[in-house]
Amino acid sequence: MIQLKVNGKVQQYDGDPEMPLLWYLRDELQYTGTKYGCGQGLCGACTVHLNGKAVRSCQTTLKAAANQTIITIEGLSATANHPVQQAWREHNVPQCGYCQSGQIMQAASLLKEKPKPTDADIDAAMKGNICRCGTYMRIREAIKDAAKAKGGK
Amino acid sequence: MHKIEIVTRRTFLSHLVSTSALVLGANATPFDFMGAATEANLSGADNAAWNPNVYLGIEPNGQIILITHRSEMGTGIRSVLPTVLADELEADWKRVKLEQAIGDTKYGSQNTDGSCSIRDFYDAMREAGATARLMLERAAAEKWGVPAAECKAQNHFVVHAKTNKKLGFGELATLAAKQPVPKKEELKYKSPAEFKYIGKSLPTIDRDDILAGKGTFGIDATMPGMVYASIERSPVFGGTLKSFDDSAAKQVKGVLQTVEIPRFKGQSLMFQPLGGVAVIANNTWAAQKGREKLKVDWDKGANAEYDSTKYKASLIETVRKPQKALRNVGNVDAEFAKGGKTHEAEYYMPHLSHAPMEPPAAVAEYKDGKVVCHAATQNPQAVQDTVAQALGIDKKNVICHVTLLGGGFGRKSKPDYVAEAALLSKAVGKPVKVTWSREDDIQFDYYHAVAAMYLKAAIGDNGKPTALLQRSAFPSIGTTFNSAARYGAGFEMDMGWTDAPFDIPNIRSENGPAQNHVRIGWLRAVANLYHAYGLHSFMDELANLAKRDSVEYLLDVLGAPRKLDLKAQGVNYSNQGKPIDKYPLDIGRLKRVIELAAEQSGWAKRKPTKGRALGIAAHRSFLTYVAAVVDLEVDDKGKVKIHRVDIAADAGTIINPDRVKSQFEGASVFGTSIALMSEITATNGVINQSNFHDYQVARMNEAPYATHVHIVPSDAPPAGVGEPGVPPIMPAICNAIAAATGKRIRSLPLKRQLA
Repeated sequence: MIQLKVNGKVQQYDGDPEMPLLWYLRDELQYTGTKYGCGQGLCGACTVHLNGKAVRSCQTTLKAAANQTIITIEGLSATANHPVQQAWREHNVPQCGYCQSGQIMQAASLLKEKPKPTDADIDAAMKGNICRCGTYMRIREAIKDAAKAKGGK
Repeated sequence: MHKIEIVTRRTFLSHLVSTSALVLGANATPFDFMGAATEANLSGADNAAWNPNVYLGIEPNGQIILITHRSEMGTGIRSVLPTVLADELEADWKRVKLEQAIGDTKYGSQNTDGSCSIRDFYDAMREAGATARLMLERAAAEKWGVPAAECKAQNHFVVHAKTNKKLGFGELATLAAKQPVPKKEELKYKSPAEFKYIGKSLPTIDRDDILAGKGTFGIDATMPGMVYASIERSPVFGGTLKSFDDSAAKQVKGVLQTVEIPRFKGQSLMFQPLGGVAVIANNTWAAQKGREKLKVDWDKGANAEYDSTKYKASLIETVRKPQKALRNVGNVDAEFAKGGKTHEAEYYMPHLSHAPMEPPAAVAEYKDGKVVCHAATQNPQAVQDTVAQALGIDKKNVICHVTLLGGGFGRKSKPDYVAEAALLSKAVGKPVKVTWSREDDIQFDYYHAVAAMYLKAAIGDNGKPTALLQRSAFPSIGTTFNSAARYGAGFEMDMGWTDAPFDIPNIRSENGPAQNHVRIGWLRAVANLYHAYGLHSFMDELANLAKRDSVEYLLDVLGAPRKLDLKAQGVNYSNQGKPIDKYPLDIGRLKRVIELAAEQSGWAKRKPTKGRALGIAAHRSFLTYVAAVVDLEVDDKGKVKIHRVDIAADAGTIINPDRVKSQFEGASVFGTSIALMSEITATNGVINQSNFHDYQVARMNEAPYATHVHIVPSDAPPAGVGEPGVPPIMPAICNAIAAATGKRIRSLPLKRQLA
C-alpha cells in the first residue's frame, strides 16, 4: 500500500507501483488538469510539484511518489489566484490551454527558486514545456510580471 | 442567404429554455472548406438546404442563451462568434450563457477549419441579433402604446426616452415571441461606432477554467463505467492483420480483454479507423502496458516499399518535366526561348505531423443502437457520419458532444479516433475511452503533404521577371477521399500557386502527379505552406540577383494596386468559396501589409551585419493579407536565433483584436517549427519519428523571442485569422538566412544545413 498526499489530501494506492503518477492523478483521482502530452518527459504538459519542485508526473512512478507531497494545478491556489495564474490571466496567455497547467506549474516552481529570473533563466526553466499554439512570448512576459508582483524577493 | 424564424421550443434544445422564452433560429449556408473534395460536392449535390445554425433564447428572467456551434481549439472562436450576436442584440454579455452545440446538420457546417468561422457566420450572427432586438423593441412599443421607432434597446433593456420608460429584455421576452419576425429590409444594424463588443478584446469564457486546470478536453471526458483502450496499428499504412497473440497482454494487471478493429475498406478512406488490435483495461496505463505485450503479425502491403528519400527524388524528377497547366498567361515558353537571362530553383518541404499537444482522444458509449460520445473534434457532424458508417447505424443515432480541443490544426477534423471508441464500446458493452499515445499521433497521422516545387523566371530590365514558370507536385488531400487521386485538387492549387499575385506578363502554374503512401490531411494553412515557401523564396532570389532591396523589389514586381482577375486568365479560382467581388484579390491591400511590416520592423534603417539580417515575405491566404519581417541571427555553429518577427495583417473586419493577435503570434512559432526543425520521414513504409525528441517543434528558447502584430484597420468583410499567419513565416525566415549568410535554403527543415 502506497500512501501519498495530493493537494492536501492523503491518498492510499495499492495498484502497480510502476504506474506513473500522471495516470494515477488523471484516471484514479480525476485531477485531469494534469495533462498527458508525450509520456517521455519531453513536453512538460504533465508537470506537478513534488515537495514543492516541478517534476514530470509521467516520469514519476507511484513508488517514487510514496510518502511525498504532490500539488497539481487544482491545488496550486484555492481560488486560482496564484501570482502566476494572475499574470497568465492579465496576459491572456492560453490559446487552446492544454499545456498551460504544466506551464503554470513549471513557472511557479521557477519563481520559487529564482524570484527574479533573467531571460536565460526563463529559457532554461521553460524550454521543457512545449506549447504548440505558440504562446511563449506571453508566457515570458507573464513570468516577468508575476516576478514583479511577488516583489522580486 | 439568411432566414430567421421563431422556432418552437421542441426544436430548440428543450432542456435549455422555458416555455415562455423567445427563441429564434437563423440560418446561413457557409462554404464547406473541405467540401470541394467530398463526393457530395463532386456530384454537385445541394448542400445549401435550410439549416438553422444560430439559436438564441431569451428567458423571462433576462438570461440569454446562445448556442455556440464552433469547436474551441485555441482561437477563441466559441466565445468570440457569439459576442457578435450579443453586440447587435444590445445584450449584456454578463447575462449571456453559452451552450456548446452537439453535432447536428441543423447548424449548417460545424467544421471548424479553413479559418472560416467569422467570415461565414458574421452576417448571420448580426442578423439574428438585429432581428431579436427589433422584436424586443416592438414588444415594448406595443406594451407602452408608443411608436416602435422611439423605443431603443440599451444594454439588456428597452427604453423609451420621451416617457423615461424602461423594461428588461426578460420582461419583454414573452411578448416579443408573439411579434412577427421582421423582414430583412426592416432590420437596422449598429454602426461600427456603436459596437460594444466587436473590436474590443473580451476574454474567452474558457480562460479562467483553463488557468484553474478545470477545462474539459476530449482526453478528460468521462462516462460512468468507462474502460480505457490503447490500440496497436499496422506500422505501414494500409497493412492488414494476419494474426495476434494476446496471452501476455492479458496477464497485465488491469487488462480486461483485447478487441480487433477491422481495417478500413474501399477506395474512399475518409475518416475510417486504420484498424488494429485494441487492449481494453481499467486505466490508461494498464492498457498501454498490455499493448506492449501484444504479439502482432502484419501483412504490411504495398506501402512497405515507401522510402521518403527516394520519394523526394521522384517528386523533384516530376517537377523538372512539363506538367498540367492550371494558369497560363501570355507565353512563358516563347519568353524563355528568346535566350535572355533566366533563373531557376527547386524547393522541397517534407511531410509534417500536426502534433497537437492533446493527442486524439474520445470516449463513446454504444447502447441500444445509439452512440453517445464526447470528443475533441473540429467537426462533430463528421463524427456522426463516420461513427454511423462504422457501426451501420443512422447518423441521427450518433450524439456527439464537443469538448475543448487541446489544439487541432486540422487533425481533429478527421474523427477516426471517435469511430474507434464507438466500435470498441459496441464490442465490450461499456463506454470506452480511446487515448492515442504521442507515438500513435506522430506515426499514424493524416500528414501534411510532402511537396517539391520548380520555379523558373526570365529576367528582364532592372532584374524584373518577364516570365514565371511554377511547377509543384505533392500527394493530394484528394487521396483521402479517393485513393485513385493523383493531382492536386483545385482548392490546393488555389492556395498560393494559381493565384501568384505578381505583375508578370507571362506566367504559368503547373501541377504534376504524385501517389500517396501515407494518409494525407490538411494542416494549418494547408497547401499554402509549401507554395508560399517556394514562391516567396524564389522571388527573394530574384531580388538578390537584381541586387535590389527585397521590399522595394517585391513592391515593384507586384505592380500597380489593382484587383487581380484570375477568371479572365482562365483560372477556375475558388477564392475559399467566397465571391470575388466581395473578397477581391486586392494587390493594393497586399502592398499595404508589406509596407506596414517593413515600416514597423525598421526595414529601411537596417543594414545586414555579419550573421544578422532581416527577411520579408507576404502572402494572401484565407482571404487575408499578411506580411512578415523576420530579424534573425546565425551564429558560428550555424544556429539560428530569431530576435523578432513583425507581422502586418489585413483580415478585414475583426471581432476580438487580442485573440486575432494571439493567432498571428502563434503562427510565427508554428512557421518557425516548419522552417527550422519539423520533418516526418519514412523507411520501408514506417514513419521514422515517434515523439518530440525526433519530431521536433519549437520550444521557448527556439521560438522567436518576440512577435509584434500590426493589424490594418479595415471595415472590409471579415476574412480569416487562424491559418494565414503561417505561410509567410518560412520564406521570411529563409530570406533572412540568405541575407545573413548568403546561403539559400531550398529544402526544409533547416536543421544543420548552416553548420
